[in-house]
Amino acid sequence: MTVEPEQISHQIVVDRLWKVFGNNPSSALEAENAGKSRAEIQSEFDQVVALRDVSFHVEKGETFVVMGLSGSGKSTLVRCLSRLIETTSGHIYVDLEDVTSLDDKSLREFRRSKVSMVFQNFGLLPHRNVMDNACYGLEIKGLSRTERYERAQRMLDLVGLNGWETSKVSQLSGGMQQRVGLARALAVEPEILLLDEPFSGLDPLIRRQMRSELAVLQKEIQKTMVFITHDLDEAVTVGDRIAIMRDGEIIQMGTPEEIILNPVDDFVAEFTEDVSKDRVLNASSISVTPDLIWSYSHDLNSLKNKMDEVKAGHIAFVNESGASLGVLTGSDVEHIASMEELDRMLGESTDTMMYSSNVKPAISKLANSSTPIPVVDSDNNLLGVITQASILNALSE
Amino acid sequence: MSAPDREISAPDREIINSEKGASPRINQSLKKFYFPFVVILGAIVLSLMIHGSGFELALDFPVDVSNEMEGALDDSVDWIVITFGDFFDAISDSIKVVLGKLRDLLIWIPWPIMMSLVFIIGWKVASLKIAIMSVVGMTILALVNLWEPTMVTVAIMIVAVFLSIVIGVPVGVLAARSDSVDTGIRPVLDTMQTMPSFVYLVPGIMLFGLGNVAAIFATVLYALPPCIRLTNLGIRQVDPSVVEAGTSFGSSNMQLLFKIQIPMAIPTIMAGINQTVMMALAMSTIAAMVGAGGLGIEVLRAMGQLREGEAIIAGCAIVILAIIIDRISQGYIENRTQ
Ligand SMILES: Nc1ncnc2c1ncn2[C@@H]1O[C@H](COP(=O)(O)OP(=O)(O)OP(=O)(O)O)[C@@H](O)[C@H]1O
Ligand SMILES: [Mg+2]
Repeated sequence: MTVEPEQISHQIVVDRLWKVFGNNPSSALEAENAGKSRAEIQSEFDQVVALRDVSFHVEKGETFVVMGLSGSGKSTLVRCLSRLIETTSGHIYVDLEDVTSLDDKSLREFRRSKVSMVFQNFGLLPHRNVMDNACYGLEIKGLSRTERYERAQRMLDLVGLNGWETSKVSQLSGGMQQRVGLARALAVEPEILLLDEPFSGLDPLIRRQMRSELAVLQKEIQKTMVFITHDLDEAVTVGDRIAIMRDGEIIQMGTPEEIILNPVDDFVAEFTEDVSKDRVLNASSISVTPDLIWSYSHDLNSLKNKMDEVKAGHIAFVNESGASLGVLTGSDVEHIASMEELDRMLGESTDTMMYSSNVKPAISKLANSSTPIPVVDSDNNLLGVITQASILNALSE
Repeated sequence: MSAPDREISAPDREIINSEKGASPRINQSLKKFYFPFVVILGAIVLSLMIHGSGFELALDFPVDVSNEMEGALDDSVDWIVITFGDFFDAISDSIKVVLGKLRDLLIWIPWPIMMSLVFIIGWKVASLKIAIMSVVGMTILALVNLWEPTMVTVAIMIVAVFLSIVIGVPVGVLAARSDSVDTGIRPVLDTMQTMPSFVYLVPGIMLFGLGNVAAIFATVLYALPPCIRLTNLGIRQVDPSVVEAGTSFGSSNMQLLFKIQIPMAIPTIMAGINQTVMMALAMSTIAAMVGAGGLGIEVLRAMGQLREGEAIIAGCAIVILAIIIDRISQGYIENRTQ
């Protein structure tokens, strides 16, 4: 299902955003216009250009991941979105409202209702227990105690902290502390969730677990998210789109697949080198046209003749309307004597894959069997097949 | 760096240098070594010469403005006393009333009740061990017949510490939130802490007359700095990332202060209050000179009559009281920080 351009609701629009740290940003901007490099500006004027001309938009319900090396300006960017850091120039629109020009009161209101943030080092209040931490945003909003507790309890249940309400946060493990951070952010029911490397402080096993839990959670809550990470694996798991930053600039932006398959330059390529491609490849991107597509209604002999004629290694069977019935190898078909036997063989081989699903399961299946896997759309129409060769080709690219 | 310099690379320069003087590096370190000796020797020789020659101008500083300055300060204190006399009288009267009531109350409470109260507080706030130790200490105070003076000292201290907190914590908070306030009060605090404590007594007497109020005034001045300093420090030390998280949820400045900064600074603020209590106690003997009652006056009286045994016992009573208060408040701080 495609979305019409006018239906796209850009929840966040960032327009030519600049951020210069230092006491004289205009000198840095002038030097920037004169073509000086970031390092030159830093040494000559003692100004750090942390964001240079950053523009992007995030749609409602989308998870937008910002990636980049340390010091590339990711944290600065995400803090500018809720004005924890004042921008130097440029605009940020959230639901068409210019965040950069809000006065103090509207800014507080904006932070209380529209956005909440999850921090790398959790930022929990050590003098409060889990429940009162999760309540913080609601308390600031001025909700009554019972209402606060009720809403925070729901979020604590959601992140799996039921039973820990009265524990001190310092007694929890890192992973659990970040769950509290997540519950606190979700409790205010914000439209936008900003996450600055939320899982970087956790050890790898917990990190992976939290990451997939967040992906599941996101399906349920459907928040607009801006997710900062320096881990491409993480970016690919949670991100609908990824922006890659270097020295304060966005150098590439696109779906995980686009970025991994078509890096704009060596930097991005190097960045994405480590991620295994099977993470981003979907079934349709590696499917190929079957050697032979055969309408099931025809008789067996003409199938065998046609098969010999085109030297087909495999045959994809479809019904009159083009729906997939299964795929068999040429040698399977050679040995079939009757239509009943064909029915039985097709019945055994009916595993299909949706065009949008991840290729990982296909890899393990094809490792054990040479029978190609049919790829179908949501109406079960045959789009192509995945063969051993097509997987190897895609992975070796 | 000048232009020609830039053209010579660092290693080249080194070669040029070493060719010029005979090993300039050894020369350098010799100079460093000799320098203090030359200065000290020079100073001694010159001093001897001045004393030998009897050169007046160098022996006594030629100008003396001490009389003028002292006169000016005397006048300004007088002026303050005359102009704001009513104001200080009002303060003095209300403190006297409160202090009197508090002292009467403490003395009125029978000793078994008082000991039980201290035991319960010590136990709940610190630990059983500290509670028992406190009761033992109080028993000693009662045994040497110093119960009443102890209660008087405690009453003076409670009032002095209360005033110190009421003034000190808000000032500390202000200093933490504004760098200019911080730099402004820093020299004032330094002065308050290094000024010999007797010096506070005289303006105290002039403003409030002889007695407990002057003693409390001097005690508050003396005990205030740690409360201000540690409140300031405690709030400045609050993890900025927690404050940032608070801000990100739309907290106002007051919400940040009361929900995050002050609660997180409580252990440090408590350490400041603990120091304030200890300094107030140390001041109690000195304050006895301006007519404050309590243990201090016992010490002074015994010393004046050359009864050193009594003076030592009264002195030890102050120490015991200090230990009890210190242990209970330390225990409280430790329990809070855990
Ligand atoms: N308050 C500040 N004052 C001066 N320079 C700053 C400040 N905060 C960040 N910077 C500089 O801005 C640049 C971007 O910093 P930022 O924290 O946004 O990077 P990052 O991508 O989040 O890095 P990391 O992965 O280490 O968190 C860095 O060069 C940093 O030194
Ligand atoms: Mg960062």
